[in-house]
Amino acid sequence: MSGGHSTYSPTTGIGRWMDARMPLPRLIHDSFISYPVPRNLNYAYTFGGILSLMLAAQIITGIVLAMHYVSDTTLAFQSVEKIMRDVNSGWLLRYMHANGASFFFIAVYIHIMRGLYYGSYKAPRELLWILGCIIYLLMMATGFMGYVLPWGQMSFWGATVITGFFTAIPLVGDWIQQLLLGGFAVDNPTLNRFFALHYLLPFMIAGVVVLHVWALHVVGQTNPTGIEVKSKTDVVAFTPYATIKDAFGMIVFVFVFAYFIFYIPNFLGHPDNYIQANSLKTPAHIVPEWYYLPFYAILRAITFNIGPIDSKLGGVIAMFGSIAVLFFVPWLDTSKVRSAVYRPWYKLFFWLFVANAIFLGWLGSRPAEGSYVIMAQFSTFYYFAFFLIIMPVLGLIETPRRMPNSITEAVLEKNKAGASVQPAGAAASPEVKG
Amino acid sequence: MKKILNGLAAFGLVMAGALGAATAAEEAHNAAEPTHFPIMKPTQEKWSFSGPFGTYDRAQLQRGLKVYKEVCSACHSMDLVAFRTLADLGYSEEQVKAFAAEYEVEDGPNADGEMFTRKAGPNDHFPSPFPNEAAAAAANGGAAPPDMSLLAKARAVERGFPTFVFDIFTQYAEGGPDYIHALLTGYDHEPPAGMEVAEGTHYNPFFIAGKSLAMAKPISDGQVTYDDGSPETVDQYSRDVSAFLMWAAEPHLEARKQTGFSVMVFVLLFGALVYLTKRKVWSNVAH
Repeated sequence: MSGGHSTYSPTTGIGRWMDARMPLPRLIHDSFISYPVPRNLNYAYTFGGILSLMLAAQIITGIVLAMHYVSDTTLAFQSVEKIMRDVNSGWLLRYMHANGASFFFIAVYIHIMRGLYYGSYKAPRELLWILGCIIYLLMMATGFMGYVLPWGQMSFWGATVITGFFTAIPLVGDWIQQLLLGGFAVDNPTLNRFFALHYLLPFMIAGVVVLHVWALHVVGQTNPTGIEVKSKTDVVAFTPYATIKDAFGMIVFVFVFAYFIFYIPNFLGHPDNYIQANSLKTPAHIVPEWYYLPFYAILRAITFNIGPIDSKLGGVIAMFGSIAVLFFVPWLDTSKVRSAVYRPWYKLFFWLFVANAIFLGWLGSRPAEGSYVIMAQFSTFYYFAFFLIIMPVLGLIETPRRMPNSITEAVLEKNKAGASVQPAGAAASPEVKG
Repeated sequence: MKKILNGLAAFGLVMAGALGAATAAEEAHNAAEPTHFPIMKPTQEKWSFSGPFGTYDRAQLQRGLKVYKEVCSACHSMDLVAFRTLADLGYSEEQVKAFAAEYEVEDGPNADGEMFTRKAGPNDHFPSPFPNEAAAAAANGGAAPPDMSLLAKARAVERGFPTFVFDIFTQYAEGGPDYIHALLTGYDHEPPAGMEVAEGTHYNPFFIAGKSLAMAKPISDGQVTYDDGSPETVDQYSRDVSAFLMWAAEPHLEARKQTGFSVMVFVLLFGALVYLTKRKVWSNVAH
């Protein structure tokens, strides 16, 4: 869509001079001002903007924290407490950064779910989706390494458990683990390389985000109807329409974010991480950060051997597989209809998938014993079945609901339906039915 | 949007059912041989610093400091807390100096290369009662008493579903002080018949990691003298020292909540203005 004719025309002499030499203002104008977006985007579509905001916030707070942090096992814990106690507004920076990681993940999960619901991954947006999956993987690595830096008990033991996964890989497993750790156990070399990588990865994320946005601006945004843009009446200009809507979405998100930072800053953390790491004292239950819990549950759900694959390797394969499967979603979904709005059965299975993912998260926080294991196995089965069975089969057998011919028609239809219920309000404030 | 909300509501019902069934499975345990700790959950106490407008009660913090100094500090260090920060408790600069001077710290080496001890000053931290962790462990039956600087944030009994969801809205963040208070007042419970309590440990149903702990009942009624007329009971001592430890763990709590209020008000007003602008911008576009 941005491949179309550029509407940028510089009005000043300096503008024309610049445009002839390095048309950055033209790029910005075409990408964020005149860029056409479907007129029927709802608030689920504001999370891309929210994620950019969170990435920027994490990088800025992170850089300032790095000015005060010491990546040495004997000093790391104390340096974080120094930030909390003595650095001006240090408590705010650290709580913003720690909770920021959680809210980054909240936003990315909503963003991914929106993509799954409206079929945003379908052709021609496969690369856009895959780039998103890569960003998510990089976020997981960044979040994990960041959690190790304060050098609390959960930092240390979480790192020990998670790097231990790699030993399950046949032949090269031990070598990979030692490369990650810089030794045979989590220690000073581990902390130092994790700090270096934790500083590096966000910039790699930013790089992939540029590609993600580039791909988006080539193929254009999807919309709740899943119907491609067909005419000029289907779209509005990014500025002011999407800009102001994104801004409002961001502010609501920031409101919730601020509530956590200022009133319950430790709600999403684990109390044990306020105890300095001790390699001789294993915590009763080692749990990762909440955003990894569903995958942790999948890892521990595999308690049985499958042929030559023992349960440990099986768990690791299942866990990595649960993320790897996302990359294949564009080809697993066989439906000709993009949006769940017109797919009653897919909609049902989608919401079950969301509920199941949250349930898996809760199971991940429980000890792996008794009925929890069995529930985790059922949940893990549904997780994979959703992608590997339901998506391909449902696309072939489901009868979609009647679809409108265009975005404009869908909008007008919806407004007409709304008008018959609520004649006065509909005309005066169409946006309340967003 | 309405569809999404409907979906969320439906999925919420499914979740509630599934989690309810799961928590029921967790309940069953044996009184004499419990497998889940703590055996009893701490009661939720009233704290001056809870809620969006919470502030520390200076008199209470001062009493708590006295309890720490006269009782806890015999075994528990508080490495991360500097004497200068005691000014937050309402003490003057002179009082802080005098308080610090009651402690001795090692310094050096001096010009002759010798280490020496001197009176502590406001910039020093609370000195540890033991020269090192091994000595602390040796003097306490093999387990070093934990440092108290962050204790109020490093201990919290799991709230369980669905309480932890409600905690978001009630802003419950006092799991640490509730736990410390419960533990200190929990020594008078008798172990249930048939329970074996390991030699050298003391039964306490509120202990987070087992049925008994190495620390004996640390404080009794009347042990610390209060000069402000507050009751000299274990219950009061426990409240005061828990509040003090919360301050030690989170000295900027008041600034955090006060800043938070301004931020929330600003974001709310700004959000309202942006929303109105958004309505105006979209008013000519059906969507």
